[in-house]
Amino acid sequence: MSSEPTIELVDIYKSFGSTRVLEGVTLPLFPGEVHSLMGENGAGKSTLVKIMAGLHLADKGAVRMGGREVLFRSTAQAQHAGVSVIYQEPTLFRDLSIAENVFMHRQPKTRYGWIDYAEMNRAVSGHLRQLGVSLRPEDPVLGLSIADQQIVEIIKALTFEAKVLIMDEPTAALSLEEVKRLFEVTQRLRDRGVAIMFVSHRLEEVFAISQRITVMRDGQVVGSGPIAEWTTEEVIRKMVGRSLDALYPKEKVDPGEVILRVRNLRRAGVFKNISFEVRRGEIVGLAGLVGAGRSEVARAIFGIDPLDSGEVSVNGTHLRNHTAQDAMAAGIGFVPEDRQQQGLVMEMTATRNATLTVLPQVQRFGFVSREKERQIAAQWTERMRLKGHIDEPVNILSGGNQQKVVLAKWLATKPKMLIVDEPTRGVDVGAKSEVHRTLSQLAKNGMAIVMISSDLPEVIGMADRVLVMHEGKLTAELSRPEATEEAIMFAATGQTTSRIQSKESKNNPKSSS
Amino acid sequence: MTKEFESRPNGPGQLKVFMRSREASLVLLIAILTAITTVLNPRFLSPQSLKDLMLNVSIIALLVLGQTIIILMRQIDLSISSIVGITAFLSGTLFIGHPGVPSVVVVLAATLAGLILGGVNAALIAWGKIPALITTLGTLYIFRGANYAWVHGRQINAVNVPGSFLAIGTATFMGVPILTWIVLILLVVVAIGLRQYGAGREYYAIGSNPNAAVLAGINVSWRIATGFLISGAIAGLAGALWLARFGTVDATAAEGIELGVITSTVVGGVAITGGVGTVVGAVLGALLLSVFSSTLVFLRVPSFWQQAFQGAMLLLAIAVDAYLAFRHALRSRVKWSHV
Repeated sequence: MSSEPTIELVDIYKSFGSTRVLEGVTLPLFPGEVHSLMGENGAGKSTLVKIMAGLHLADKGAVRMGGREVLFRSTAQAQHAGVSVIYQEPTLFRDLSIAENVFMHRQPKTRYGWIDYAEMNRAVSGHLRQLGVSLRPEDPVLGLSIADQQIVEIIKALTFEAKVLIMDEPTAALSLEEVKRLFEVTQRLRDRGVAIMFVSHRLEEVFAISQRITVMRDGQVVGSGPIAEWTTEEVIRKMVGRSLDALYPKEKVDPGEVILRVRNLRRAGVFKNISFEVRRGEIVGLAGLVGAGRSEVARAIFGIDPLDSGEVSVNGTHLRNHTAQDAMAAGIGFVPEDRQQQGLVMEMTATRNATLTVLPQVQRFGFVSREKERQIAAQWTERMRLKGHIDEPVNILSGGNQQKVVLAKWLATKPKMLIVDEPTRGVDVGAKSEVHRTLSQLAKNGMAIVMISSDLPEVIGMADRVLVMHEGKLTAELSRPEATEEAIMFAATGQTTSRIQSKESKNNPKSSS
Repeated sequence: MTKEFESRPNGPGQLKVFMRSREASLVLLIAILTAITTVLNPRFLSPQSLKDLMLNVSIIALLVLGQTIIILMRQIDLSISSIVGITAFLSGTLFIGHPGVPSVVVVLAATLAGLILGGVNAALIAWGKIPALITTLGTLYIFRGANYAWVHGRQINAVNVPGSFLAIGTATFMGVPILTWIVLILLVVVAIGLRQYGAGREYYAIGSNPNAAVLAGINVSWRIATGFLISGAIAGLAGALWLARFGTVDATAAEGIELGVITSTVVGGVAITGGVGTVVGAVLGALLLSVFSSTLVFLRVPSFWQQAFQGAMLLLAIAVDAYLAFRHALRSRVKWSHV
């Protein structure tokens, strides 16, 4: 399109500790162009965004704007240079008005040095009108949807007269209608000559909006060019870089008897009509967009969140009380989404964390026995090749190793079934494949596994069956051959319910019900 | 998309917004309480009783000004009562040690001393990164302990204090005590500061979302420090006024008043979780609690009930806030499920 890039990253290197995250990345953003950055989780996209936002400094390499080298040491510096970033979860002051959020720390002043609220509201009102959004500048941010909060962030960027707008997975939590509006806004900004970078996992969206695509893998750019040079298959091939089977070693297992059966789970305003079964040896993927209610369903099955109605049974035993104690006694293990907050006691050693679920077993005369602790912990930590010292506090372990400790903790209870929520989020590629190998092996040895994941290649590679949720409802059940990225995305955005209906009418021959 | 261009009906009018505000409900509650008590005992509205009420609420209301800034930032300052105690005694010793010293100098000295003690809190919290609850609990005891050591059983009496200074606590202007005027003027200053200046809005921003405050380029540590400096200086001023009001000061002066101040602020609608509330509401909260305890006195309710009522009021205020937040969340969720 245009010749001179608005901003250009040149040969950027970045490491965190011993982990190299970016290796020689060069990326130009051109004015009036939407440039999509794609890659698997952990490919280095977020780090790249943070360098442009002024949150990280590159170890090596340069950021150039208008041909000159710039150095952003803070977000404020980046913003004043004309680079604005819109994150997936906007960071706003929920108690303050939209206009105040836009102008915080740089409010227009009257002659007497007071804040000029009228001017502030006028400016924001103008932007809201231009973007075609029916919000009022005096409205509090509290209660706005994520989509509307992103609009507030976009207006903030506009008041900075942003030349570069970076959107980091902005559509992950949006409904279809909201995505459409965001794209209209994006196109308007593009027409004004703003250079836009769009980070997304959704191929359909990327092809709908971009003029240029760059694909990253393992910290490097593996392909970049105008949209016309790309096909969906090509993008996926570049992103994954190897065949799915090699990366996701799910072994084929013939499913046995039903372990978990849930019927008509409902929680008002969160999810409803959730019914499914999981069999021995099966990994069932639970896919959907952020906010679709997947984690909530898992938490309700495990008894942490309340249920308004519905039945959960394990091995034919109906769980009546819906408490975590009951669920554990019945043989359910739950590896939560947020390792650091919900899965681990960060200051304790790996050994101690791994045996927290089985405290009675490690006691001798009512006191915790270090020796027994170590014995029990070692059974699983060794099998998972837990690197690092198991006697060190878990907060110094890498994300992958932390996840192994959480898994070990639940495996020590010898569960019949395991619910894992985002098992490989924030985990490096090596540890990721080990987590996958472990899950696969567990399934082979007869465990039933429910795996919630937003990482589509992971779901497709690991799951024997994929359930897809959209806004609190199950919208599809896909068998392994049916489960393509497109099919899952189609259901996750709520575009059809036909599949699940056809599936039910087919009457699964193995079904025992 | 086109339907979104349709202009939405304008929001509620200014009067309606006010009627829904915390301030309006506080004014209403105060009016109801006053009306009930006056019917039962007409002396409640006598000039003397009104003056007592104003004097009683003034020093608490003054401290509420500082505490509002602190709580807006999701912080807390427990040490104010000890600062009041030290600076009250300091003011007295200045009058005794330097006969004829102008009252203005004494007031400024007390305020400066408060500022310095507030600086200790500020440094520990903003740069030492020690939670405010722990820091000010520590300094509450340290300042009080130092005060005991310094006072060493002595006492300041009204005879040691010049009459012109005591007049701050006794004389009136247009029927309102001078002491109350001072608090009212500072109330206006703080209210304007919090509403009309960038720095004021930053206190709200920090309490509302500390991470977003950093991203907006706010120097959060410095802003938090200024809050504790202001709270300290106000407590210092309150110490001088404490002497003017009561005349008598020993080492126990103002002990325990921090809890009443925090209660008033929260009852006045400043959310303990930060980011929400106004200083006018907080002062109305102090007034409500003051009227309430006068009511109990006039109705001959045993005094030990007063504290229980004050506590109940605090819990009620928090319950109302929680209920409103819950209703709001419910409404957003309903909206979400219709998407």
